[in-house]
Amino acid sequence: MIGRLSIDGQMLAVVTLSTILLLILPQVFEIDTILQLTLNFSFSILALSLAFVWGYAGIFSFGQAAFFGIGGYAYAATAINLGDSTPAIVAGVLVPTLFAALFGYFVFYARLTKIYVAVITLVMTLILYKFMGQTAKPDYMIGNARLGGYNGIPAVPPINVPGQPHLFAGPDEMFYIAGFSLLAVYVLLRWILGTRFGKVIIGMRENEKRMELLGFDTRLYKLLAFVVAAAVAGFGGVVFTNWNAFIDPHVFQLAFSAQPIIWVMIGGLGTLAGPILGTFILSTLSLELGVQKALDVNLLLGAIFTFFVLLVPQGIIPTVRNLLENREAAASNKTDGTTESRG
Amino acid sequence: MVIAGIQILNTVAGLALISLGLAIIFGMMRVMNFAHGELLMLGAYSVQLAHSSGLNIWISMFVVAPLFVGLVGVVIELLVVRRLYGRMMDTLLATWGLSLFITGLITMIFGNMTRGISTPLGSFEIGGIRESSYKFLIIGVTIVLFAAIYFVLRRTRVGMIARATMDNPSQVAALGVNPGYVYTATFAVGAALSGLAGAVLAPLTGVLPTMGAAYIGKAFITVICGGEAILAGTASAAFLFGTINQVTTITLNPEFGEVALLIGALLMLRLLPAGLSSSFRRKLL
Repeated sequence: MIGRLSIDGQMLAVVTLSTILLLILPQVFEIDTILQLTLNFSFSILALSLAFVWGYAGIFSFGQAAFFGIGGYAYAATAINLGDSTPAIVAGVLVPTLFAALFGYFVFYARLTKIYVAVITLVMTLILYKFMGQTAKPDYMIGNARLGGYNGIPAVPPINVPGQPHLFAGPDEMFYIAGFSLLAVYVLLRWILGTRFGKVIIGMRENEKRMELLGFDTRLYKLLAFVVAAAVAGFGGVVFTNWNAFIDPHVFQLAFSAQPIIWVMIGGLGTLAGPILGTFILSTLSLELGVQKALDVNLLLGAIFTFFVLLVPQGIIPTVRNLLENREAAASNKTDGTTESRG
Repeated sequence: MVIAGIQILNTVAGLALISLGLAIIFGMMRVMNFAHGELLMLGAYSVQLAHSSGLNIWISMFVVAPLFVGLVGVVIELLVVRRLYGRMMDTLLATWGLSLFITGLITMIFGNMTRGISTPLGSFEIGGIRESSYKFLIIGVTIVLFAAIYFVLRRTRVGMIARATMDNPSQVAALGVNPGYVYTATFAVGAALSGLAGAVLAPLTGVLPTMGAAYIGKAFITVICGGEAILAGTASAAFLFGTINQVTTITLNPEFGEVALLIGALLMLRLLPAGLSSSFRRKLL
């Protein structure tokens, strides 16, 4: 059904539906559900950043959670120092962007293979975790903000009306901010994918050599895609830090870096809706398991992930879509006896 | 000075030791085993459990740990890696899912707490500073293992079959050797070496379900910066990074030791993307 609408129509439908949902949900649910949804929105932004760089540009990055964390730390440090959240949000996006540009320059201009990129981004995350954990000494300060080692930075000021720090967002406002942020990121990425730049990176995913022979500098395009994803992840980190009012090095931990990869893989690589779906399903599951403590979270996530890689490598959304299209095709075969193929 | 020299040598040996199993699996089979840290962890658990149930520490360390982890390697190869040959990225992802699974399993069985093993051997004194003699054991074990792998790959029939299979599996199959067996065996040997490394280092680090994470960063950097040559590449990368890490730790402060490692690796890969051993003139193992 959805396939018959034009891209613009689809986008309009998604935006309208999401807006209505976002406006209704706080009236229906209790505060704990609202808080949980807000957290999932910030995680979904993280998932979208990986969905973009891995699913469309074909670069498997272990470092998205690290950029998410850097964004959170940059927001926290700036907000504490300036007391106003507006420049802090800018810093929360800008710092991971610059960091990714520098790091990505070394990685992509060395033309490292996919495996090496995966490994080196993983190593970056691990080392950030260890380094941030060791910053407990009082001499690790950014202005007035103490990094605080494994204890992190507490009491991070929430988002406020620009220029008016006393008008800050409560849980309900935060829900709207996080929800519309997610929607905005989704629309932004969809738009990017429709531009010439988006088509080039998808082409690169399909056949890098060919794109290079056509005259595109794939090193530059990879770097750009990597940087865009880092900016998105950093923005997710800003939303997350707001939800938490707190940031600590656990965002650089292996177990946390693992999460977006599982969300994207299970939701469906090469889609944007899939990873959001994956985020909601799996982070709810993790939360439930964390409460029950009967089964270890890592055990189950690891088992599910390995299962998907071996048997459902496409993920949920593409698999379901294929299934539906096959059934539709079979049905139309029966009624008019002709094979119809749609693009 | 002597103490600093021993510390550097010890760090280098430790790096080479934790990377060897990974280097063999990656170098021979082009499989990046993201469950490497968990193989080290299982080795550490094997020696701790075997020793605390009354077995001699050296037997637990040099026999039980590599045997058990080697067996785990066989299971992983048959159940997961085998299905994904030639798909490097999927192998990486699947082994990484396994690493989560194994961490979770061990946490459920043994709990999320550190167990200790007392460090065997005594200590010695140079210039008023006490050092554990165990450090010499680590250096010794590393040298012996590298020499043994070199000997097996270069001088024995088994090693020749292994190298031939990695080079051209269909030719080897035509000559009557099942390449599947060779892959399983190679993976098992890599896993056993990782188990041994985890066991040897266990008295120094303690034993914890998530201990693998502390190793894999360094091991991965060493292997990818070492490049094609399994032994010479790993040894030279371990030498470079061990020295960088230890010198930074001594001269600046410990927090920057690993950050220096990452920066060193990035710079090195920018200059030599195919690894250190690509700059060697002769093709080495």
